[in-house]
Amino acid sequence: MSDLTRLTIAEARDGLAAGKFSAVELTAAHITSMDAARGLNAYITETPEKAVEMATASDQRRAQGTVGKMEGIPLAIKDLFCTKDTLTTAASHILDGFKPKYESTVTTNLWNEGAVMLGKVNLDEFAMGSSNETSFYGNVVNPWRRQTDDQPLVPGGSSGGSASAVAAYTAMGATGTDTGGSIRQPAAFTGIVGMKPTYGRCSRWGVVAFASSLDQAGPMTRSVRDAAIMLEAMAGFDPKDSTSVDMDVPNFEAALTGDIKGLKVGIPKEYRLDSVPAEIQSLWDKGIEWLKAAGAEIVEISLPHTKYALPSYYIIAPAEASSNLARYDGVRYGLRVEGKDLADMYSRTRAEGFGSEVQRRLLIGTYALSAGYYDAYYLKAQKVRARIAEDFNTAFKEVDTILTPTAPSAAFAFGEKSGGDPLEMYLNDVFTVPASLAGLPGISLPAGLSGDGLPLGLQLLGRPFDEETVIRTAGVLEEAAEFTAKPSDWWRG
Amino acid sequence: MSLDKATVAKVANLARIRVEEKDLEPLAAELNSILGWVEQLGEVDTENTAPMTSVADMQLRWRTDEISDGGYQEDIVANAPGHEDGFFAVPKVIE
Amino acid sequence: MGMIIQGATGDWEVVIGMEVHAQVTSKSKLFSGSATEYGAEQNSQVSFVDAAMPGMLPVINEKAVEQAVRTGLGLKAKINKHSVFDRKNYFYADLPQGYQISQFLQPIVGEGVITIDLKDGETREIGITRLHLEQDAGKSIHDQHPSMSLVDLNRSGIALMEIVSDPDLRSPEEAAAYIKKLRSILRYLGTCDGNMEEGSMRADVNVSVRRPGEPFGTRCEMKNINSVRFIQQAIIYEANRQVDILEAGGTVDQETRLYDSVEGETRSMRSKEEAHDYRYFPDPDLLPLEFDDAFIEKIRADLPELPDDKKARFVNDLGITAYDAGVLVAEKEIADFFEAVAKGRDAKLSANWVIGELFGNLNRTGKSLSDSPVSADSLGELIDLIKDGTISNRIAKEVFEEMFETGKAAEAIVEEKGLKQVSDTGAIEAAIDEVIAANQDKVAEYRGGKDKLFGFFVGQVMKATGGKANPGVVNQLLRPKLDG
Repeated sequence: MSDLTRLTIAEARDGLAAGKFSAVELTAAHITSMDAARGLNAYITETPEKAVEMATASDQRRAQGTVGKMEGIPLAIKDLFCTKDTLTTAASHILDGFKPKYESTVTTNLWNEGAVMLGKVNLDEFAMGSSNETSFYGNVVNPWRRQTDDQPLVPGGSSGGSASAVAAYTAMGATGTDTGGSIRQPAAFTGIVGMKPTYGRCSRWGVVAFASSLDQAGPMTRSVRDAAIMLEAMAGFDPKDSTSVDMDVPNFEAALTGDIKGLKVGIPKEYRLDSVPAEIQSLWDKGIEWLKAAGAEIVEISLPHTKYALPSYYIIAPAEASSNLARYDGVRYGLRVEGKDLADMYSRTRAEGFGSEVQRRLLIGTYALSAGYYDAYYLKAQKVRARIAEDFNTAFKEVDTILTPTAPSAAFAFGEKSGGDPLEMYLNDVFTVPASLAGLPGISLPAGLSGDGLPLGLQLLGRPFDEETVIRTAGVLEEAAEFTAKPSDWWRG
Repeated sequence: MSLDKATVAKVANLARIRVEEKDLEPLAAELNSILGWVEQLGEVDTENTAPMTSVADMQLRWRTDEISDGGYQEDIVANAPGHEDGFFAVPKVIE
Repeated sequence: MGMIIQGATGDWEVVIGMEVHAQVTSKSKLFSGSATEYGAEQNSQVSFVDAAMPGMLPVINEKAVEQAVRTGLGLKAKINKHSVFDRKNYFYADLPQGYQISQFLQPIVGEGVITIDLKDGETREIGITRLHLEQDAGKSIHDQHPSMSLVDLNRSGIALMEIVSDPDLRSPEEAAAYIKKLRSILRYLGTCDGNMEEGSMRADVNVSVRRPGEPFGTRCEMKNINSVRFIQQAIIYEANRQVDILEAGGTVDQETRLYDSVEGETRSMRSKEEAHDYRYFPDPDLLPLEFDDAFIEKIRADLPELPDDKKARFVNDLGITAYDAGVLVAEKEIADFFEAVAKGRDAKLSANWVIGELFGNLNRTGKSLSDSPVSADSLGELIDLIKDGTISNRIAKEVFEEMFETGKAAEAIVEEKGLKQVSDTGAIEAAIDEVIAANQDKVAEYRGGKDKLFGFFVGQVMKATGGKANPGVVNQLLRPKLDG
């Protein structure tokens, strides 16, 4: 049997359907791969026994003729999704030992569609970071290395464990969450596909909250088709989430028609930044050419408030986080550090339980909401956010989708941007944050290599709830890009 | 607007995060650098702009009033670092 | 009448505003499906949402919205079709989220009014500033463990209406009248059971003093007082405390104070106050709360008659005195009871029986109306017996005592004890003849012009008939016989 881990979800689905291998075999292959890849530190908790159990049940279901959309497909789950009786940490010390007594809606949907859980994957603490360097459980390593050296590189963040796990063939797909680019940017850094659907498409119930008005779950896979299949299984209306949209989930895979003739693709001029390396600019130009060649019409557009997206994001997200993370107080779950009284217990627990980046954002957020500063910071940022959303609305009157680079650089080395100035790290989200603020669907797909052989991604954005156009266009781009490069599997022990 | 040490201490207290005296100064510097960068939002004219409230054009859904949850005391306290007879237990609060 | 405190330097007027937290009557909580019943086992009515487990989200209970609007209409208030839920951020052991979901800048109900009833039938209008919906917190128990406080979250997330008055109250009596009236309205509406002992109604009381006619002074807030008596005591203590400070040349600090009902004093809670900066912002887990006019009108159409309207109707249509009407409408149960008694009967007579005999006996025995041994129907039957001449008013009182004692029906008691009024002229005549024969001397005096003795003869005849003779018939037959 050839290496089952190299299959895409769509291929595995066909193989399982044809009886070429069982879910148990497919899962076993991934467990072996997961074991071999421990050096990447992608997993916080491996659940091989549970995986075999679920795969066995999947084979039984198949034998009885019940086949879900993700039947028998082994997945890695970002450790921000609560999984019943399985340790859930948000990569934070403060959730020490926390085993939820409930299962998130998104993972429930996946299990209902037959998927198999391999384990819980690493991330930036509470999803706050763009390099997976803030996890209490240590850095995640990118399976990709530069051609020129063996220096370990970051996988991006915050869904760095998800990205690394999928890129290193330890899982066929992984759930991610995207608040300001946390699916798309690590997908770009690791040469995989990552999709953030429209805000409201996937339920947030049972997902540890970072910034409620921005957080959105999505799939991370090795092909656009796989992303479509997996998103369809994850998405759906959930009455337990007041921001979940009561709308039918389309057959996303069916959107992959390969036909984009006459489609209008916007190219925002504000995304041409001098600071972005030429190789990324030229990849973007290539993308434009590929779409043009496929019959799309290219339209230059303007998103005038683009440069204000990052600063408003770095007020709104921390402000919401400062409130969302108030529940970690050592009373009902997780870490408790005793103190001389209740207030002292709180502040010791939170000082020890939260890492420095989380603390920094909680302080900024607290300050931005505090008396006398609310109007100047939080309210102002929410108004600017409305202007940014307006920019997109205007643009989408003219175009059907927007093409941009995903990130301003390829994967970088540990410590390269996490040394001194936090702003340097924040700037990584420059191309992903605006769509997050507007709640729009976006996908990143690998489209080329950097000069030193690292994957680079292109991003497509769409109208609210028009994931189908994004997927369709991404399918065309994927075919044109012919991205077949793979990391050398140096990490296999 | 610039944060001084005292303000950082106040904010840390509001956020219930213990910050050592020696860390206040460097934290103030970091936060000031971020806030300084955020200042550029002032360039955007938002005179007639309402703050964003929701991404999707939708209305708040209401739930029917029925008892559909609760009744699992054990699960509620299962993860608590301190619990006693079905209660959460915390250091004594003196009012 | 406002309360005036006479200080050495002159008079001080007391200014009071109230913030009442009323628990919304609903089966489930404001943002979760767990139960709201009082007195359940600790943490047994708690969902993962109420315990603020990671990733849990709020979904609003339609009943809470409906009840808030119903209350707003009952307070003749402006209903806001667009309102917003905000997070009020602070840390406390019984606040699991680290914030309370409340409404800050845009509440569901705006300005309204309550008419309070004072002594001597006087009334005053008290402004309502606003009403908003918010979550209740859990409860910490401090005396059950030597070194720990124990937290029960059963109450956490229950829907509360915070009803804020304008600073229009001027005395402890007015404050008491306000809370009683508010409670009455809420109970009429069925939006809050008003049970202060179980904590379904708690008041934060704001007190300040000023020289009459001058701007408001600095206020202090006393939190969570749960009895009308304590509210009055707290106001008196606090107003005097402030006057003492001002008279001594000091200034009142704006602060939150705790009323200690055991010591009968208020104490500063400054320790809790120090870091209060609630950092309100719109809850990103919820959208604005919106509804249309049709929703409001449907609730309006379903509103019960409220105490003020009922009182007016009792006075104008039933001819009951304002005082009696006030007593009858104070509680919906009483008003309902009275209306059942008075239905198709003499309203004034019914009111007298309800307020006089029934309440008298209830008070004497410490019973409440709901466990009255005499039902509205059986009290009505008793009144019917008086009206149709079967028994006299005096006998009726005797019968009522028996009814109250045994729960038996009036008719059965009358029958059993042979209390039926005698109107048989033959029997009465015989009794009259007997009385005249036995009192010849008095008869002579009467005939000699001592008219006043007529009453004596009536009394004797009644005595002879065991009180059962119809007094009208006795009068009618006695006079010609005496006149000879």
